Amino acid sequence: MRLIEQKWSGNCLLVSITKPSTSRIELETSPPSSPAIKFAMARKLGFTFLLLAVASICEAAAIFNPISESHKSAAIELFSPADGSFSSLEEAFEALRTFEILGIDTKPDLKDSTCKSVVDILSSESSNSKDLYHALRVSSLLKCKINKEALTGVTSRLQGSVKDAKSLLDFYYSIGGLTLIKDQTSEVDVLLDDADGIFQSIKALSQSDGRWRYSSNNPDSSTYAAGVALETLSGIITLTSSELDGNLIEALKKDVVKLFENIDKYDDGANFFNDQHQGPVSATSSVVHGLTTFASASGTLNIPGDKILGLARFFLGIGIHGNSKDLYHQVDALACLDQNRALVPLILSLPASVLSFTSQDKLKVRVTTVLGSTSTTPPLSVKLMQVFTSGSKDASIINQELRFDPKEEVHTLDAFPAGVDVGKYIFAFEIVLSDPEHKKIYATGGRTKVPVYVTGAIKIDNAKIEILESDSVESQNKLDLSGKNDVALSANHLQKLRLSFQLTTPLQNPFNPHQALLKLRHESGVEHIFVVGNSREHFKITLDFLGLVEKLFYLSGKYDIELTVGDAAMENSFSQAHGHIDLDLPEVPEKATRPPPQAVDPYSRFGPMPEISHIFRPQETRPSQQLSYAFLGLVFVPFLAFLVGLSRLGANMKNFPTSTAPATFAILFHGGIAAVLVLYILLWLKLDLFTTLKTLGVLGMFLLFVGHRALSHLASTSSKV
Amino acid sequence: MGRSPTTKDDAQALFQSLRSAYAATPTNLKIIDLYVVFAVFTAVIQVVYMAVVGSFPFNSFLSGVLSCVGTAVLAVCLRIQVNKENKEFKDLPPERAFADFVLCNLVLHLVIMNFLG
Repeated sequence: MRLIEQKWSGNCLLVSITKPSTSRIELETSPPSSPAIKFAMARKLGFTFLLLAVASICEAAAIFNPISESHKSAAIELFSPADGSFSSLEEAFEALRTFEILGIDTKPDLKDSTCKSVVDILSSESSNSKDLYHALRVSSLLKCKINKEALTGVTSRLQGSVKDAKSLLDFYYSIGGLTLIKDQTSEVDVLLDDADGIFQSIKALSQSDGRWRYSSNNPDSSTYAAGVALETLSGIITLTSSELDGNLIEALKKDVVKLFENIDKYDDGANFFNDQHQGPVSATSSVVHGLTTFASASGTLNIPGDKILGLARFFLGIGIHGNSKDLYHQVDALACLDQNRALVPLILSLPASVLSFTSQDKLKVRVTTVLGSTSTTPPLSVKLMQVFTSGSKDASIINQELRFDPKEEVHTLDAFPAGVDVGKYIFAFEIVLSDPEHKKIYATGGRTKVPVYVTGAIKIDNAKIEILESDSVESQNKLDLSGKNDVALSANHLQKLRLSFQLTTPLQNPFNPHQALLKLRHESGVEHIFVVGNSREHFKITLDFLGLVEKLFYLSGKYDIELTVGDAAMENSFSQAHGHIDLDLPEVPEKATRPPPQAVDPYSRFGPMPEISHIFRPQETRPSQQLSYAFLGLVFVPFLAFLVGLSRLGANMKNFPTSTAPATFAILFHGGIAAVLVLYILLWLKLDLFTTLKTLGVLGMFLLFVGHRALSHLASTSSKV
Repeated sequence: MGRSPTTKDDAQALFQSLRSAYAATPTNLKIIDLYVVFAVFTAVIQVVYMAVVGSFPFNSFLSGVLSCVGTAVLAVCLRIQVNKENKEFKDLPPERAFADFVLCNLVLHLVIMNFLG
């Protein structure tokens, strides 16, 4: 097992444990209920238990930090136009609005070129209400110079399209455009004639659950449309000369309350709206935009503060989006929440949630608006109400007020509450507004639970390693676990190894780390990992080698001793070698299990493959050439002897026919035999059997004929004699 | 059993009688006998070569030896048929026997050559 990696990642503690596949954990001398068993079970589940436990803390209490510099850099990266100008005015608005909220400067030449296209669209007769709306939106940000005639023309066209509008988006673009003109200039009359009628025709599209339809012939209702409708209706309120019918506005307020009854919720307290077609980010953003616009137009709304805070948490909790549209929706919604007339959510954040005992860190809390501003927050104080110990539901009630530092604008907890030691805690804070009237303006959301990690150096005492023989100490070595050790032990299978140490926190409490593991590694690379069990602060493991010989695969020899004690909150976690032990184990019996093959280095698979050697049949030993030639000569000796014998016997050719025809046949007969023999030599040297047989057939017929003639002639002559 | 002058003389007498009896054999049979001896000795030389050098390539050795042995056997058959003393082959002309001998040799050597490798 490699060293425990500790990482403080964001607000959540991650403990990852990497483990080679051949490692084995054995439990020795641990009572069944000891944490060692729990640990081994957790190990079997791939440490999911541990990680889930940590993850569940993160979910139950999460820190939501306000908008940060990383949002700025993401916005610059996502919204910077590639070729120096925006592809559409809608995109231009989203980019410029995000830049404005985040305080990013826009280049003047970009402003000029965008303003030029705004003026083009506004003076063009063919542009529809959607184009006009986007152009006016951009113009409201860039303060483009538009002459009064153009604006008057645009106003009359928009007012006309309001009258002809059928769908929700038609109303939205025209009324939105008129509202923008009203905000930009007071010289043009943008007021609507029949505000009540338009209001009612939009309200007719609303559904009983607070959502809206896009048009009367489209049965699908949408949360995104609800946000659009709220913004449009708020626009109508601002565009009337007289007061609207109060009942209409009251009915709309009820719709908003119904909409919030169907809000979705995450475990960490974040609220959001879902939509079938639009994603949750744009749908929630649309509702927030509509809601805040409506609140500024019509006054207070009866929405619970925790839901507004939940919406703020949703947008802060989703992090940074890689999608420019989502980033715009996120930033725009947060800007709407930052200053609105409904309820302003206040966000409690911790500059650092990991505090070290060793360096005497102090817990600091900052209360800001969602955009991270402290200037608009009201006078308030922060109280630490409860401290939950991780893993238990018990909480000590504290009710301690934090000291406010006006210069740094942070609330500081000067000393940890009694009982807070090294470990993981959940702190419950409460924001108390100094002026009770402010409760109607600001949403503090009751208690905010924040995970806090306290780290510290753990004291290691009484570390010793012993060899026991029938419970009497054979040899004893004291260990300095924080320093270097090089013990050299030897034991046989009748002896025992005992390792013990004590862990105490800075407050002298017993400390139980995530991992306390003893590893024995044989020279051949076979590893055995044992969990060190504990009773309160006292850690002890006894390895009885008699019972372990099978698990150790009867491998005698040198074993390296390595001890790992690690915890996320333990600043002096270690995993180091402490020497070796020479084990003398009995001989391997026949049926003993073999040690598993050692894991191959994963990088070796990219190396060269082993060379393949081909095995050929070895060359037969040949005799020396002289010997073969000698025997070749020897073979001719009997032949010579045969010839000599023939001459001695007085063999002759007297019987050879003398007359022409029989002599010819006799010569042909002998020539035929010679031809067949030559054919056989050719078969040996190069021909195949089939060609040979074909030729042999022809030769055989010839030979049969001439042979018959020659021999019958001989027979006739011999019978005459 | 020790060698006594009498047994030596007996053996000499036996060989004498054998030689005198063989001298009466017709010349054509003697030629065949000589041919058989030639074939057998050629085979023996090949066997000796195999014993000295080794049996690789074994098929070549086999075909060489079998060629000699086969020829010798066929020659013996020819001798049986040609011998005038053998009454059972009395009606068989020696030319016919020689034709059989040639045919058998040709067939035998076709196989031998094919096996030679």
